[in-house]
Amino acid sequence: MGNGQHARHRGHGREGRPSSSNSDRVVVLPGDEIPSRGLRPGVGTYRTDGRIYASVLGLVRESPPFIKVMPLSGRYIPHAGDVIVGIVTDVQGTFWLLDIAAPRWAPLHMTGTPWKIDFGETGNYLHVGDSVVVAVEQIDETGRIGVTMNGPELGKLEGGTLFTVSPAKIPRVIGRGGSMIQTITEATGCQLRVGQNGRVWADGPPDGIRRVHETLVMIETEGQRRGLTERVERYLTSSAPTGPELPWTGPPRSATLDEALPRPESLDDGPGDDIELSENGA
Amino acid sequence: MGSVGAKEIPQLITPDGRRIDGRLPDELRQLRIVAGPLHRADGSAYVEWGLNKVMAAVYGPREVHPRHLQQNNKAIVQCKYNMAAFSVDERKRPGLDRRSQEISKVIAEAFESVIFVEEFPRTSIDVYIEVLQANAGTRCAGVVAASVALADAGIPMVDLLPSVAVGKVGGKICLDLKKEEDNFGEADLPMALVPQSGRLVLLQMEGHMTRDELSQSLDLGVKGCRSIYEVMRAALREKYSVEPSAATPAAAGVGQ
Repeated sequence: MGNGQHARHRGHGREGRPSSSNSDRVVVLPGDEIPSRGLRPGVGTYRTDGRIYASVLGLVRESPPFIKVMPLSGRYIPHAGDVIVGIVTDVQGTFWLLDIAAPRWAPLHMTGTPWKIDFGETGNYLHVGDSVVVAVEQIDETGRIGVTMNGPELGKLEGGTLFTVSPAKIPRVIGRGGSMIQTITEATGCQLRVGQNGRVWADGPPDGIRRVHETLVMIETEGQRRGLTERVERYLTSSAPTGPELPWTGPPRSATLDEALPRPESLDDGPGDDIELSENGA
Repeated sequence: MGSVGAKEIPQLITPDGRRIDGRLPDELRQLRIVAGPLHRADGSAYVEWGLNKVMAAVYGPREVHPRHLQQNNKAIVQCKYNMAAFSVDERKRPGLDRRSQEISKVIAEAFESVIFVEEFPRTSIDVYIEVLQANAGTRCAGVVAASVALADAGIPMVDLLPSVAVGKVGGKICLDLKKEEDNFGEADLPMALVPQSGRLVLLQMEGHMTRDELSQSLDLGVKGCRSIYEVMRAALREKYSVEPSAATPAAAGVGQ
């Protein structure tokens, strides 16, 4: 990294917010040539022989002097300042290791917590499987991630349910200025915490949790289309006991440690799955 | 297929130059690809190619297990190619064997050369290829599926990696062999192409060919890869199209 002529960093999250400019909504695939228009290769692109190509699947954005590709999929790539939801995967003498759905785990040092802890007492505060809201402090070039639990709105999550959505869709879950969170909170009576890493925590009445889940599925499936907010509002305000027809995505995903394990044999899928070739194959 | 015993070698090329399934020598079997059918993986793809059925899932970049495999300057690419016990006529003994280990290795190395592994030091990108039904050319179908799954997982790479096998059947160079052609033909030459650069990152051969036949085969294979490439791209575009025509939620799929 950083040694080639193409300084390439990947990133999405807040930058990925499909903001006002809906004009250039061109999906590119890895290997697609992008007309450079004199711009330099940025995030999600690479340059060979003076031409610029996309390296990830995403939308082309021009932000002079760079041209970049905002990914539409993929794991969460941490940025300093992000608020994320981590799950404790290991307890050590002075720190906990958090699975933050990023390429690497992040250590949460005991000095980064509001508690006064002696060496070896970390296990009295957080256990494997606990969920915490933390902020990314810094990332170094080797990919090491420093997180802290000191700050407003940060801390351990008690109770509730964790959902996972694609990190690329988190800007849609938040909405402009948090409008979508507010809409969902008001309509379902659930408290929401949204992490930039794609984890959404909700707590409230069981029916509210169900509606939060359905709303998240809706955002994830239809987040690319316009008029999302209106559709979500219409759904949430309709008193229909069951939601719109949505593809079954399995039970609510409370992320646990074993989710990180490969399970290639679990080819099971609910009804309404998308492998119906006869429909699309024509 | 059981009827095609070892007793007699079937006539692989008809007098009018067609193959046993009626294809011309440079014709591909029907290929259909679905991007993102699995929700638990970071990326996935399902491929039906002739009578082959292959599912691929991609996880990562993620922490490396076991730790000592971790590389400080780049991500490692791990691949597991596996054939289901029910994927062939006679039950296949499940699990790793020499063949699947070799295929896993060459596929992992092919992908390592197109993925920007330096972007994710100390991590692992895991590719799982499950062959559900086999009819020759499963490693190529596996590469195609895995490549679409990698793009679906948002992993940065030089290009998608179309792949196809060319073979010599009844003295003729043919594209995309099916099982009988593979079993009774003279040679088999699977390859994977990087369309952006025209580089071949996977090339194996079994059987015998003359030099001329080899170069003829390579040309034919590259041509085949280019048309497979288009099908792969169409599958990804279908999942990620931003047009309102994504009225069928099934087509959009819930990523991960």
